Amino acid sequence: MTASSTTSSASDSISIAEIDASCRVPLFQLFVSSAVWLVLASVFALLASLKFHSPTFLDNCAALTYGRVHPVATNALIYGFGVQAGLGVALWVIARLGMTRVAQPWLIAVGAKLWNFGLLIGVIGILAGDNTGFENLEIPRYGVVFLFLGYLLMAIFILATLNYRKERLLGPSQWFLLAALFWFPWIYFTANYLLLSHTPVRGITQSIIAWWYSGNLNLVWFGLVGLGIIFHFIQQWMNRPLYSRHLAAFTFWTILLFASWSGVPSSAPVPAWIPSLSTVGTVLTVITALSVMINIRKTCGHGCSQTENPAPGKFIAFGTMAFVIAWLLNALGSVPGVNSVTNLTWYGVGVWQLNIFGFFAMTVIGAIYQIVPQVTGIEWPCLKSPKRHYWLAAFGVILIVAPLVIGGIVEGFNWRNVKMADVDVARNAANFIKVTTIGELALLVGNLMLLGNLIGLSVRYYKLHFVPAYKGAVAEIKPAEVKP
Amino acid sequence: MRHGPLVFLAAFFALAVSWFGFVLTPQVQIGRPVQETNTVPGMKSLYPVGRPGLARQGAEVYRANGCAYCHSQQVQQNNTLVNVVLTDAGTNTMALASLMNELLPGRNYNGPSVGAGLPKTILTNAPIDKATVLAKNLKPAGGIAQLHLVPVGPDIERGWGMRRSVAEDFVADATALPGSLRVGPDLANEGARHRDANWQLVHLYSPAAVTPKSPMPAYKFLFEKKKIGNDASPDALPLTGDLKPADGYEIVPKTEAKALLAYLESLNSDTPLYEAPLTVAPPPKTNAPAAATNAPTK
Repeated sequence: MTASSTTSSASDSISIAEIDASCRVPLFQLFVSSAVWLVLASVFALLASLKFHSPTFLDNCAALTYGRVHPVATNALIYGFGVQAGLGVALWVIARLGMTRVAQPWLIAVGAKLWNFGLLIGVIGILAGDNTGFENLEIPRYGVVFLFLGYLLMAIFILATLNYRKERLLGPSQWFLLAALFWFPWIYFTANYLLLSHTPVRGITQSIIAWWYSGNLNLVWFGLVGLGIIFHFIQQWMNRPLYSRHLAAFTFWTILLFASWSGVPSSAPVPAWIPSLSTVGTVLTVITALSVMINIRKTCGHGCSQTENPAPGKFIAFGTMAFVIAWLLNALGSVPGVNSVTNLTWYGVGVWQLNIFGFFAMTVIGAIYQIVPQVTGIEWPCLKSPKRHYWLAAFGVILIVAPLVIGGIVEGFNWRNVKMADVDVARNAANFIKVTTIGELALLVGNLMLLGNLIGLSVRYYKLHFVPAYKGAVAEIKPAEVKP
Repeated sequence: MRHGPLVFLAAFFALAVSWFGFVLTPQVQIGRPVQETNTVPGMKSLYPVGRPGLARQGAEVYRANGCAYCHSQQVQQNNTLVNVVLTDAGTNTMALASLMNELLPGRNYNGPSVGAGLPKTILTNAPIDKATVLAKNLKPAGGIAQLHLVPVGPDIERGWGMRRSVAEDFVADATALPGSLRVGPDLANEGARHRDANWQLVHLYSPAAVTPKSPMPAYKFLFEKKKIGNDASPDALPLTGDLKPADGYEIVPKTEAKALLAYLESLNSDTPLYEAPLTVAPPPKTNAPAAATNAPTK
């Protein structure tokens, strides 16, 4: 490249505006499509919860039965929003901290296209009855191929961006993001290859691998990326480094060493050492949660008082609290005495929701509200909506998680009460699920606000940059035609 | 960062350990399951038995419609207790009766009553050590007792199975579907409940029709409404009340519904295994000569 000498000399003084500008293409692609998936996830989750109000609701349509709508909702949330938006924020954090432009932004955008295409055909496959039967891995083989290639394309150039960094010293957020970027393809490939290839593993080993994958995705991957983002923004907003870098390193190692063993339920019909080991790993994640709590508390000091925060700060503060509570509840639920009640009940679903939505999605939504105006240089069209979205989302998460956790515990005791008929236990639990419908509705409205704001901002951006450019181009041509 | 590559390798290793633990090792230990004759002595049968073809198709219907999101197939067991069954009272029934009155406080046996109605259960749901001691102590007085293993736990009391589920129960399936949540009852032994086929089909068509106020969604798309031809179809659902189709029409199950029914009927994991033992009651004694049955004779 001829310009390489000039760019390297000029690169010593890359401005933050330049870095942000280089993120624009991939971030637009990643954030807008993840917001669309987030809305879809809420719509399907709402449909699924409506089934508990009326079991005959849409009962003539195979594609809209509970067992198909529910996995679409979880997959849209995990892969459509979670992984996609998480990668977007990770890219921005890595470029910002490394003080470097994004490497190959267009190829990252192409990777995102592949990812979305794979997810779209995967979700259609689930609705058509091609669900693979493994939780969190429901997407059929033909969708997985595109998802995997799309991820590789995005991750390779995010890593390239990290490699080009001018600021050589890696901080805690970068360790977390780097480990997550490497770990996802490993677990995703392992699980899908062993479960969905032409000669899959057999018997209950399938479930062990699926549980291992789910634990690693839900705790390790989302934990690493979410914490990486939280640590970055706390340092940026407080304008000081983390209270303890060593404690952050400790958090990092406990996630890698302990959380990666979680996921196998203690009741699993497998050799006893497997659930025992998994229980030990899950219980030990208590120290992860506590170390994060101490580090963030000490970093913020009195600065974390929530009321004055702008909306992105509120989202991320909520995400941090949800992280600590979710991981503590998760560890609590795996303690043998407690587990005999909570296992196979809605408790686990509630903790999962708190971790995925309360912690991860809230954190990433906060980051999106913070990043997008910086990257585009345009304010949100509706300035009040981030704060409204926050209140709706916080209300929604609480109204989903609390009934599920409490209902799960009640359900667990009911199943142990042999005198209570099966149908009565199920009906009693369904009453708790009915409450979550309100929460799902609140989330849907909030998520629509995010999508609306992003679309409005895109329209403004288009008007501001493309329309004048187009007019300029057209204006230049016209005189040229008139001249002779 | 001075030790960058080293830290990277260490992180890589830390994560890889869980891969070795939960992917590689289980595959080596139980990843190549085969049907085995490791049912407890006397059964001498292969386990698990492969499902019939229609039931295999039914497993696909079960998977495609996400039945596993609400129904687990893993019976839990808290403990194994023992019933002591006296099979032979010996000749000196008086001595045995007084010994048993001594060993089992609160009983009032006398000579003739001890020997009557054998085999009879003299101690139920006892811890294994207590039961073993009792059986041993009865021996000198001529009493012969058997120990019957009884798995216990809320799931078993609910009638969801006779023993806990183990890895072997899933060998015959293309996709293992143990489930993770119980919105409804566990189905690991649905076939062992021997429900009426029409009950199952009507339950799929409209759960609330047979289980009032059931929150289970209806699976009407597995059935079709047909005009009755010359004769009513033998498969037609016996529906009543609001569900009854208009005159001249009938509701018949599609192939998917029949397959799902076959799968549900094939769910049965009550076979005693070495890792999940239980004592199955012997078949009732009949006076018919052994040759009258098809059972192979030794």
